[in-house]
Amino acid sequence: MQTADKAKTDGPQLILRSVGKVFGNDVVALRDVDMTINQGDFLSLLGPSGCGKSTALRLIAGLSSPTSGVLDWRGPAMGKADIGFVFQEPTLMPWASVFDNVWLPLRLQGVSRAEAKTQVEDVLAQVNLSGFENAVPRELSGGMKMRVSIARGLVTRPRVLLMDEPFAALDEITRFQLNSDLLALWERERFTVIFVTHSVFESVFLSNRIVVMAAHPGRVFGEMEVDAPYPRDETFRTSEDYAHLTRKASSLLRSAMGIEGEGGDDHVLH
Amino acid sequence: MSSTEMQGDAAVMVDAEEMRRARQRKMEKTGKWLLPILIMCVAIFMWDRICVWNEIPRYILPRPGEVLATLIEDRGLLFSSLVNTLKITFLSLALAVAGGVGLSVLFTQSKWVEMSFFPFAVVLQVTPIVAIFPLINIYVDNQTTKLLLCAWIVAFFPILSNTTLGLNSVDRNLLDLFKLNGATRWQTLWHLRLPASMPYFLGGLKIAGGLALIGAVVAEFVAGASGQSSGLASRIIEAGYRLNAPRLFAALILISFTGIVIFLVLTFISNRILRRWHESALTQEH
Repeated sequence: MQTADKAKTDGPQLILRSVGKVFGNDVVALRDVDMTINQGDFLSLLGPSGCGKSTALRLIAGLSSPTSGVLDWRGPAMGKADIGFVFQEPTLMPWASVFDNVWLPLRLQGVSRAEAKTQVEDVLAQVNLSGFENAVPRELSGGMKMRVSIARGLVTRPRVLLMDEPFAALDEITRFQLNSDLLALWERERFTVIFVTHSVFESVFLSNRIVVMAAHPGRVFGEMEVDAPYPRDETFRTSEDYAHLTRKASSLLRSAMGIEGEGGDDHVLH
Repeated sequence: MSSTEMQGDAAVMVDAEEMRRARQRKMEKTGKWLLPILIMCVAIFMWDRICVWNEIPRYILPRPGEVLATLIEDRGLLFSSLVNTLKITFLSLALAVAGGVGLSVLFTQSKWVEMSFFPFAVVLQVTPIVAIFPLINIYVDNQTTKLLLCAWIVAFFPILSNTTLGLNSVDRNLLDLFKLNGATRWQTLWHLRLPASMPYFLGGLKIAGGLALIGAVVAEFVAGASGQSSGLASRIIEAGYRLNAPRLFAALILISFTGIVIFLVLTFISNRILRRWHESALTQEH
């Protein structure tokens, strides 16, 4: 059991070295991205639209390959099951039950329904969806669908969980709840999370490190440590620390977007 | 009487507008069944009256009662013909499903195959079957094969084009998810593309069911079949030559009845399969 009080990480897991991506239509999505992701990090990629944060995530996932530069994975070789991916939309198969949706990554590896049963039930319990195994997606609320999606991302017990603005489409109450639940899960399991978001508040609440990106071309603009202890609960949201860190992240983001002036007074960027 | 007064009364109190709406829904539900039946009865009654009033001879327009009597009297002949027509219809529908789905799967496996062969399918579809038939007549000897081939050509295209569309209408993110998990081509087809194309396929199947029947009947018309394997179309031609209008009507009614049943059965199957997840099969309460 690792200590969760301080966001201690165990050395680099992935190092991006001057990674670039140019699309076929000559759009430079990423230029010279250098980034280090540590084992057990909860790292947020924060930036405006078009800064290439989703592209970076796809590169890390191996869904597309970089035009230049290298992704240097450290530690044991990464297999298919070592990366979980959670999309912006729940992206569930509408014809399949919750169980079958979560089972999918294991099923594709040849794990039978019976063999997968405990694993699927465990991970559904972790996202508080026990008892919903037989429901189909359209019988669930938006928040529950997202939980299923997270469960599917975690069912293979990946070492890295990639999340592409997973809560952007949810209402605020649901989003806060899922933020807390995700944090609790992460503190317990300590997988690495790379979390793409355009919400300053969300990134500060969740992560131990924030990488701020700038657009045109997509690049890393700056980085900040979120120096606040875990576990973080709802009281953290209203704390002085949180306000201070949010101001800091916000002004960094404003500079990244080329907006002049103090970033702390109004958080127009949600 | 003010509206606030009504709201304050009871929690379950429904206002006048909602009550009117509920009444309307109820009426529509009954009307959906009752009205067509009612109109049908009126039409049959008028048909009968017109025959009587105008003293129309039975070889031109028989009265409904006579048609019904013929249907019962000639049931042996008519039903064996119906069975033959049904055989052709369902066999060709089965072949259309196999061919349509098979080809569309092939198309989605390779863009090149689709680009190369889809135009042929279109050509086959847009050329009227009646115009192709003389050729089939020359090349194919076996009567059943002739009819099957015709009905198949008519029926397979909606399945092919719909299923191809369905197989390609897969959520991009789900495709990424499969790729991420190292899914094979076969796994992606079986677990993702085929289920995702189900609503499209079933839509095509509904059209193809009707077309298979039309194909079977039209083919028999052009083939001019007779004897053992003759279907309802032959009965109609025969009855036409003999001015046996009651039998002609009886055969006609059997054909359209068959078409209705095929449509209803396919609609039922489609709803059973899709009811839990697809918008098209949702009941009103949701």
